[in-house]
Amino acid sequence: MRFELTPRTNSSTVMRIFASIAAFITAFLIAGFVIWLMGRSPLAAFDVYVLQPLSDPWSLQELIVKATPMALIAIGLSYCFRANLWNIGAEGQYVIGAVLGGWLALRTHGTDAGLWVLPLMLLLGILGGALWGLIPAFLKTRFGVNEILTSLMLVYVAQLTLDYLVRGPWRDPQGFNFPQSVTFDPAATLPPILEAGRVHYGAVFAAIAVVVTAVILGRTLFGYRLKLTGDAPRAARFAGFSSKATTLAVFAISGGLAGLAGISEVSGQIGQLQPSISPGYGFTAITVAFLGRLNPIGILVASLVVALTFIGGESAQIMLKLPLDLTQAFQGILLLCVLAADAMVSYRIRFVTRGGGK
Amino acid sequence: MTTFEAILLTIVTASTPLLIAALGELVTERSGVLNLGVEGMMVMGAACSFAAAVTFDSTLLGVAAGMLAGALMAALFALLVLGFAANQTGSGLALTILGLGLSGLIGAPFVGARRDPIAPVDIPVLSDIPIVGRLFFEQDLFVYASIVLTVLVGLYLMRTRSGLTLRSIGENHTSANALGLPVWRVRFWAILFGGACAGLAGAYLALVYTRFWSPGMTAGRGWIALALVVFAAWRPGWVLVGAYIFGAATVLQLHAQAAQFGVPSQVLSAVPYLATIVALLLLSIRHGRAIGAPGSLGVPFVPDR
Repeated sequence: MRFELTPRTNSSTVMRIFASIAAFITAFLIAGFVIWLMGRSPLAAFDVYVLQPLSDPWSLQELIVKATPMALIAIGLSYCFRANLWNIGAEGQYVIGAVLGGWLALRTHGTDAGLWVLPLMLLLGILGGALWGLIPAFLKTRFGVNEILTSLMLVYVAQLTLDYLVRGPWRDPQGFNFPQSVTFDPAATLPPILEAGRVHYGAVFAAIAVVVTAVILGRTLFGYRLKLTGDAPRAARFAGFSSKATTLAVFAISGGLAGLAGISEVSGQIGQLQPSISPGYGFTAITVAFLGRLNPIGILVASLVVALTFIGGESAQIMLKLPLDLTQAFQGILLLCVLAADAMVSYRIRFVTRGGGK
Repeated sequence: MTTFEAILLTIVTASTPLLIAALGELVTERSGVLNLGVEGMMVMGAACSFAAAVTFDSTLLGVAAGMLAGALMAALFALLVLGFAANQTGSGLALTILGLGLSGLIGAPFVGARRDPIAPVDIPVLSDIPIVGRLFFEQDLFVYASIVLTVLVGLYLMRTRSGLTLRSIGENHTSANALGLPVWRVRFWAILFGGACAGLAGAYLALVYTRFWSPGMTAGRGWIALALVVFAAWRPGWVLVGAYIFGAATVLQLHAQAAQFGVPSQVLSAVPYLATIVALLLLSIRHGRAIGAPGSLGVPFVPDR
């Protein structure tokens, strides 16, 4: 027996949403099986991973804090992926955004600098991420270098840059030789939205990015241009859309949003620069973008769902002694399930027995 | 043994995993499938080979387990991109994420364990030649195997009927299908071969290069292997050359770090990654768009009916 794929001519929104949910349930079942193989109870794990974080106000805040950078980055990536361009170096753009924005925070440290510091830091964060993202874009448009490999290689370079800075010139002299910078001044700190809360203004930026992107992708010529470039590059060329300009634009946008995520995380959440400022948000955001089907609202929901796996993973490590790697493995399984579900929506799968059918 | 000889020996050791992984990916890509999951298959190969080698105290079983793990990951990838015609870029990335997580789970009980070095195979007489003798004729078995593999892959692709079939499927799967060539079957085996090679490369890393397991120990080598295939313009001989250039860059930067030239260690650590970018850039400047790329590379195959 074998099976055949036939492209579907009509694929509805309902079906797409249903496919995402089905993918999620399948991923959960597979993860449950893995946990069972490891000799633990899948039900207890489900309780720790999902139910407990959702029933605790502190965890709910934490959920938004963790979802914020992933939503920002994934929204940016959706521009690239829609145009069939592969920026997989968001992690590096995030780091460089944090570095450039953090530079101003350290530069103005201990001075009476006013209210202008924070906005300028955020702008520098966006600029840093955008410039780092433009490197692979420029190499692609000018020389035809594959953007997947260059954007990824630049992640390592960005991480080493940060590592050098916080161990070298930017290290806090009073920090007992710990590789970290001084703690940012209040003027350089992104404040929480509610006074006693943990959720900082990065969440507002993410919400704005969602709304703006929904308008741009759905209602403007630029949104149409991305879709056309991705789905039918030849048609896009005939329509007079320059593919080079599109490439530069989407890398600048996604890099800028990743940079904003980086500086928001550092100034709103961590409060200083240190060798590691991300548990892999830039890579996980790829999963988030796909899980959200490259749709801004979908990405918002997906970022919360994936944030849940991070928080659940942390408490499962403490309560069930389940290693943190399980979270990453689950994210991989989830992405695979989403891609498979995608195919189910795009193609009708028919099983054909040998001799019959064709 | 002089320091110079020792450095040359480590270059060979550092280059071999890159070469093996890149050869596997080359065959996969020549069949028209882009598997970005090399890093994930490689790290799974490393974890499973080390776990098996320690558990059964057998290098041979370790290597077999590594190759099997790589091949199983590749089979999963094949199911997605062939069975479901899923997006190849996304599936490859998913494979890498999954591999990095899963290998952490598998390797966790073996953190801290060590394996003994593998005895080099001395080819008599030839290994007595000054300098080059020890370099080329007193290596471990994997090194010889990787060279043989390069030749075999080259011969297979260019001199056999089956290799021609594989290449034509990679160039244009629609025409190949119309000619009655088995697109899916050939691609399935090509993907599996790529996975087994990546797994073997991972096994080499864990059992010969470091001789211990640490999470994420491949440190981007899978990605460098992918870049090597582009750099080599999809030709096996050039993969060999490229792998050794990159191996040399990796080893020399390590020695430069030890020598403390006053250059920050992070700058030197960044050398292999920057070198990859520069190599891809130089290649593109010299030849324009990626030359030698199979025509159907990365395009999902759905037959017209």
